[in-house]
Amino acid sequence: MKPGIGHVLSIALLALAPLFSSAQVLRVGLAEDPDLLDPTQARTFVGRIVFSALCDKLVDIDEKLNIVPQLATSYEWSPDSKSITFKLRDGVSFHDGEKFDAAAVKYNIERHKNLKGSNRSGELRPVISVDVIDPLTVRMNLSAPFAPLLATLADRSGMMVSPKAAESLGDKFSATPVCSGPFKFVERIAQDRIVFEKFPNYWNKEAIHFDRVIYTPIPDATVRLANLRAGQLDFIERAASNDFASIKKDPKLKSSKITEIGYQGITINIDKSDRAKQNPLGKDAKVREAFELSLDRQGIVQVAQDGQASIGNQWVPPTNTYYAKNVPIPKRDVARAKALLKEAGVTNPSFTLMTPTTSDSQKVAQVVQAMAKEAGFDVKIQSTEFATSLNMADKGDFEAYVLNWSGRPDPDGNIYSFAGCKQPLNYTGYCKPETDALLNASRSSLVPAERIKTYEQIAAELNKERPIIYLFHRDWLWAYTNKLSGVKEIPDGLLRLSGLKFN
Amino acid sequence: MFAFFIRRLVSLLPTLVFVSMLIFGLQQLLPGDPAQILAGEDQSPELIAHLREKMHLDQPLPVRYFYWLEGVLHGDLGESVRTQQPVLELILQKLPVTAELALLSMLIGLLISIPAGIISAVRPGTFWDYGANAFALSGLSVPHFWLGILMILLFSVELGWLPASGYVSPFENLRENLAAMVMPAFVLGTGISAVLMRHTRSSMMQVLSADYVRTARAKGLSERVVVLKHALRNALTPVITLGALELGTLLSGAVLTEQVFTIPGFGKLIIDAVFNRDYAVVQGVVLVTATVYILLNLMADIAYFVFNPRLRHA
Repeated sequence: MKPGIGHVLSIALLALAPLFSSAQVLRVGLAEDPDLLDPTQARTFVGRIVFSALCDKLVDIDEKLNIVPQLATSYEWSPDSKSITFKLRDGVSFHDGEKFDAAAVKYNIERHKNLKGSNRSGELRPVISVDVIDPLTVRMNLSAPFAPLLATLADRSGMMVSPKAAESLGDKFSATPVCSGPFKFVERIAQDRIVFEKFPNYWNKEAIHFDRVIYTPIPDATVRLANLRAGQLDFIERAASNDFASIKKDPKLKSSKITEIGYQGITINIDKSDRAKQNPLGKDAKVREAFELSLDRQGIVQVAQDGQASIGNQWVPPTNTYYAKNVPIPKRDVARAKALLKEAGVTNPSFTLMTPTTSDSQKVAQVVQAMAKEAGFDVKIQSTEFATSLNMADKGDFEAYVLNWSGRPDPDGNIYSFAGCKQPLNYTGYCKPETDALLNASRSSLVPAERIKTYEQIAAELNKERPIIYLFHRDWLWAYTNKLSGVKEIPDGLLRLSGLKFN
Repeated sequence: MFAFFIRRLVSLLPTLVFVSMLIFGLQQLLPGDPAQILAGEDQSPELIAHLREKMHLDQPLPVRYFYWLEGVLHGDLGESVRTQQPVLELILQKLPVTAELALLSMLIGLLISIPAGIISAVRPGTFWDYGANAFALSGLSVPHFWLGILMILLFSVELGWLPASGYVSPFENLRENLAAMVMPAFVLGTGISAVLMRHTRSSMMQVLSADYVRTARAKGLSERVVVLKHALRNALTPVITLGALELGTLLSGAVLTEQVFTIPGFGKLIIDAVFNRDYAVVQGVVLVTATVYILLNLMADIAYFVFNPRLRHA
């Protein structure tokens, strides 16, 4: 057959195509360098941002923290709430071409639970076994009803890696991770860049509009923003709050402001070690109440966060469904604070407030120091490098500690480990059997209305002792080029790439 | 000279062993538990226990040192506990980047400092002298971090001439590589040039008042030949020592400058490793840095021989 003119033209056009359609690359500036790129072993917040491009999860959360389908299209709890059955999406494959099915889910949950060095085993402890019902149906059996399970599966515990790759790569998996997300791994140069390219067989490929995505860690927020302004980046996470006004004014940039699901607060050693007994704040709940009343949360937010945060007094923000309305945010009342101190028989109580060396935490400590002084508190600030402060908190070698928590979509993730007796994140030493019973009850009910009631009781219990004085919930501040559209503002602070595109 | 060279090379080994022991010991004095910091936000007790075991934290210090030494003797510097990458691979990734930055900075530093030092020594009390001194003073007192951010704001954000960050390997694209390196190298180079210029000036002034220089002038040599051929060689000896030390410092990583320009070099590597208590990385980087430092000192000694023939017969 002789090639017609049409053939020649189309071949010529094909050859020229790369010149006209340049590959779409999204360049994202991160505040830190992620750790291991293996959902089972990963430990950092920043790693979760990268995973949202690489690894799909069984379920996801939306802007309102509702659970929405991802690799699982639907789920159903058993009548006794002790097992949950997932229907899986058909036609999904991993980046290495392996098929995603019920056996893969079973493999992944077991890997999360049993791999040495897994950081997921605690989160998945209630899951005792996984049954493959058919290739697209899988059931998880629980030791007891566990309401936070779905939110857990909307995070790293629900991420699915290719079983074949996990087996063959062994402990080198994180160097070349293989998942089923919209992008597949290309290369990583530590502290420089992580590069992914579009996965052509992604189940939802219509929603993906970039050929490549490059993550660059740039720890300094000013430099990160300068890179965005210079056109070197398209998107930055965690812009500095004091830059936000200028970002809003810049016609070349767009921004998002999302209230975090975590909190910023002051953790008080009330019974973790002997040091609790040696200072008035640790010894007496009345003194802690006086301390809380000496603080003006809005003022703290203004000074320490340039107003880019919402005040709060619980482990979830006041806008959250599970916020306990029976314990509202107290107003600053210096007179009442002074009266309480008098009642407690303490004059000029003095204590040390430990704070990590980040500028945000230090600013909080300084404002708190100034405010509490007006009620008669003598707060000494002890700035301590983060790793050291964490170790001191764990040993109970502190009196009060400025500590934040990045938050989990289910309220359980923000309170259970902090207020439960002997839990890993319980630095306050708070331990009450009544509260433990309530915390367990809050996990076992799947009915939101019932859980809200339980959380109200927990809030009331905790308010008697005030082991943690919650101050505010930061805003995740994102800045990006005005060419970018389709940014989904999900409260977990992780950038989703589906639907994201250049205009 | 050859015997001297061999002697110095042999003395390298005990120095390195001593440095490695010192760093190993000092690291343990760092407060904080590496397993805890690595366990991340969740602080899962199982994971902490696993990490302690993996890092041999449950063993006594000397035993841990020998584990490490054994690895080193087998060419294995261990792996980063944070990213599981072999330390050697990390070092080989970062060292060329830092070496390029250090050499470019040194080049800029020398190009500024030597002529400026000579001119201000030859023409003391003139406009050139004051100008060079003012420059040196500003180079010493302006913080690198601040200068770096100002340069980014001017050349990248406002003018758009240079990239604000993004290291490209010179083998991949030399033009882009130099574009990314010019600002950080300039920031570091001005800092070094200030120190070197001051030393060149004072050493040059001293030499210019020496008898042999007077003799050279008396022979009727041109001032140019007197200064550049007769005086400069002698005047450079202290400058070489200082230059080698400065280069060593640059090679151990210019932490703040690398941070501002996001240059993936040694400085960033070690800083992150220290904050994450990534002992194997710290240990490996320090070992390499110490070796580089000692070798540079050796090279400075050799350079004395080249520049000062009298030493060859000493």
